[in-house]
Amino acid sequence: MNKRDFLALAFLTVIAVFLVFSVVFMFDEDLHPFGEPTENDMDQYIIDNTQTETGADNGVTSVVFDYRGFDTLGEATVLFTAVAGVILVFRRLKK
Amino acid sequence: MSGMSRIVKTMTSTVFPFAMIFGLYVIAHGHLTPGGGFQGGAVVASACAMVLVAYGSVWTMRKIKEKHLSVLESLGALGFISLAFLGLIFADKIFFDDFIMGPNGIGMIFNNAALGESDIFTAGVIPLMNFAVGLKVIAGLFAIVLVMAYATVKVKEVKSK
Repeated sequence: MNKRDFLALAFLTVIAVFLVFSVVFMFDEDLHPFGEPTENDMDQYIIDNTQTETGADNGVTSVVFDYRGFDTLGEATVLFTAVAGVILVFRRLKK
Repeated sequence: MSGMSRIVKTMTSTVFPFAMIFGLYVIAHGHLTPGGGFQGGAVVASACAMVLVAYGSVWTMRKIKEKHLSVLESLGALGFISLAFLGLIFADKIFFDDFIMGPNGIGMIFNNAALGESDIFTAGVIPLMNFAVGLKVIAGLFAIVLVMAYATVKVKEVKSK
């Protein structure tokens, strides 16, 4: 068995395990029903306190750049990697 | 003679400044009105892509190289992450902390809350991060479009030979 076959087998195993577990969880009685959110304190907290805590009127921006700033850093990294990849791929065409 | 007809070029020159102003407005008012760095950057990059389509990629590449756009994008990324790290140095010493606003803030002009007043010098570090991310998105998206369009022209040249 060479390296490629091994990689394909590992990938297939992961997909199979994922499928089996998703079917098991689909028929689980204890699972939370879809489309019925539980009472979420975080929403009301952000609506109440975002203006005094961050000073921004735009609640979405204050969540994106203040409460969840680390998430935005990952988003910016994704964009940076995409641009670097595209420029890298098309560099050889330019002579 | 590259690019599209004279009518399209004239219309592009007319619409371009307004599209730029709208995009920059969305970036600058990101902490007050809907929008922000990503959205405004996409608007400005679309305006630049319009110029690219109308005038042709060879003409645009003569005006601005993708090298310069890479530098701009890296500047935006560096500004964003250095603002995050400055929160580690000043005020409450937390990563991504708003070191300008708040009781321990060191801010001079951005250090008050907006509270529905729509004053642009508010919200501490958020408008600065919006500017950094906006610069990054403008340069990044325009670099992608420019490089792809230029490569298409080059491939056609090589094939026709």
